[in-house]
Amino acid sequence: MTQQNTQSMEGAQALVKCLERQGVEYIFGLPGGSAIPMYDALITTGTKIKLILTRHEQGASHMADGYARATGKPGVVLVTSGPAATNTITGIMTAQMDSVPMVVITGQTISSMIGKDAFQEADVFGISMPVVKHSYLIKDTNDIPRVVKEAFHIASTGRPGPVVIDIPKDISAGPFTGALDPVMDLPGYRPDPKLDPERVKEISQALAKSRRPVILAGHGVLISKAAPQLQRLAETLNAPVTTTMLGKGAIPETHPLSLGMLGMHGTAYANKAVVECDLIMSIGSRFDDRIIGQADRFCRDAVRIHIDIDETEINKMINVHHHCIGDAREVIEEMLKHVGPLDTDDWLQRIAQFKKRYPLRYGKQGGLKAQQVLDELYKMTEGKAIITTDVGQHQMWAAQFLKTVRPDDFISSGGAGTMGYGFPAAIGAQVGRPEEAVWAIVGDGGFQMTLCELATACVQKLPVKVLVINNHYLGMVRQWQELFYDDRESGVDLENNPDFAKLAASYPGARGFTIKRAADIRKILKRAMEYNDGPCVINAECEKTENVFPMIPAGRPIEDMLIERPRQKMEKPTGST
Amino acid sequence: MTTNNNKIHTLSVYVSNRPGVLARIAQVFARRGFNIESLVVSPGKDGKFSRMTIGVSGNPDMLQQIVKQVGKLIDVLSCIEHPETDAVVRELALVKILCGPERRTEALQLVDHFNCKTVDLTDKSMVIMSTGASEKVNAFLDMVRTFDVVELVRTGKVLMARGDRAT
Repeated sequence: MTQQNTQSMEGAQALVKCLERQGVEYIFGLPGGSAIPMYDALITTGTKIKLILTRHEQGASHMADGYARATGKPGVVLVTSGPAATNTITGIMTAQMDSVPMVVITGQTISSMIGKDAFQEADVFGISMPVVKHSYLIKDTNDIPRVVKEAFHIASTGRPGPVVIDIPKDISAGPFTGALDPVMDLPGYRPDPKLDPERVKEISQALAKSRRPVILAGHGVLISKAAPQLQRLAETLNAPVTTTMLGKGAIPETHPLSLGMLGMHGTAYANKAVVECDLIMSIGSRFDDRIIGQADRFCRDAVRIHIDIDETEINKMINVHHHCIGDAREVIEEMLKHVGPLDTDDWLQRIAQFKKRYPLRYGKQGGLKAQQVLDELYKMTEGKAIITTDVGQHQMWAAQFLKTVRPDDFISSGGAGTMGYGFPAAIGAQVGRPEEAVWAIVGDGGFQMTLCELATACVQKLPVKVLVINNHYLGMVRQWQELFYDDRESGVDLENNPDFAKLAASYPGARGFTIKRAADIRKILKRAMEYNDGPCVINAECEKTENVFPMIPAGRPIEDMLIERPRQKMEKPTGST
Repeated sequence: MTTNNNKIHTLSVYVSNRPGVLARIAQVFARRGFNIESLVVSPGKDGKFSRMTIGVSGNPDMLQQIVKQVGKLIDVLSCIEHPETDAVVRELALVKILCGPERRTEALQLVDHFNCKTVDLTDKSMVIMSTGASEKVNAFLDMVRTFDVVELVRTGKVLMARGDRAT
């Protein structure tokens, strides 16, 4: 066909053209009946967009998410109707919770069969509604370009998020006679709030009075590419910076003003600084419950400041004294015009004492320690690697011991806490940044949820390193049961795990390694680093019953942080999960 | 309609007239345990847009959050909570009573007193239309219950901000 001749184009071909116009380079997905016209158009249009064929649609959605977080560009998913579309829901919800730009295109049964329980029909528009930023069900082939343009605009502007486009098969297969570059029609969408300089001035005046400030940087700093500005602000103010888990890399964690991550399993010195500060200024964080503990006790006596692009976050969890709605980078740049050095010498000295007295640490006696494996990995990579994680103990140890020195290098499911996220996200990150080393730090529980994507990584020859922190347990749940439920283990023993190294080696092009002793860590990690023709899995057989500390029991004030395992029996936590 | 601690709040929402917009708004309420007490949807001045007037009850601390969450939806142009003192609020009710010739005069006295209208009349029944502020409609309904009320339909509140303020 003539590519420019829209007269003889099908809807699916117009769709591919529109994706090209959006600069899409990769699509993650798996075909099926209702998606065949769209998959066919990937061939007939001769597009340069590359399909990454996955083994499960959940994997596709996490890959698109990992790609988006690593590159800042929206990730694109293309799957069929019914179960394929519902398989992406976990990935969509993960992206929505962490403000990740993603466009998920789902096939749908033909228009005349919608609502009649047709084969592989699911109300994806309805099912996905609570977990999307926005969604579309296309009813007219000529609407495809407008919808695609709006979807990418919505996904990637303001507070980013996932957008679903549901396309019935007769629409994608139908003749297209419209324009490829229509105008958007979004009268209710205002993604760029106008910055109010008076509010920034007011915040700057509050800052000027502070002697014990803490800057809390979240994912928003990374999304708006404001890391250099944030560092300049911290250095100008002489103020320490702590980050949320998703904010890791907003300031190099090797920087003297960095306190690392705060919150439930954050560093003791970050949490102690938050307890003693006289001012806390959050930039691009949403005061998540993992951070604030007991909401009404969080920084009760401090001046609380909130800077966020999303107005709904202001006074949602924490009532604040000052706030400013805006893009993190714009706000910081405006603030830099008004602020100067604060008198924080005593404060920084106090923080230095905290750092000295309560460093992150782990015992080396007993079996192989996950913390030591991660510590060694950090020393070997010097932070020059993209880290993705699953959810659980290994995730917290990774956040603690793998210092993040560049933005967009720590990729983890924060809000959703999606097990099975880490490995596919690593594939997506590797696709987006092929020149970087990508390490997926996973647990033996989460890895088994999405390890079928080993095939995907092999086919694409992606040198993703999967480090399995294998304790044969759902370790974080076991830790809670040990601490709060009289050590009654219920449903946490992952008996009969496969030999992950052998399993990996059974995929053509993949390698498997096993670490059993601390003495072998470096040697084996080095061998894994030297294999770059495909993925490899490093199974680290770790101490089974190690716990993550520091820990603030859910719903308790930060003051109640535990540095080590308490001797006395603990009450059941009252906070969320 | 009103429960003790849960005052009814009236929100005026201006939306793009698109499929799913009502479901999106309803989800914002339902997810947070808010009950929609009344809902009126009608075309706006321009057919591309619709006006929703929503009466809701639920935890008042959460209401501001909900107003902002509804306003954040892509298809929503504005969502404003209007205190009734700043707005004109009206409602319409149709009530069907069983009423033969022997009580008709009594019924018509009520209709007259509350400025209602009879819109249907048979030997055995009467349909009365009551319009006005909700309190007035409520007062009429309290009185008309001395008759055998067989059916009652209310539109729910519609609201418009007073003066030159936007609704």
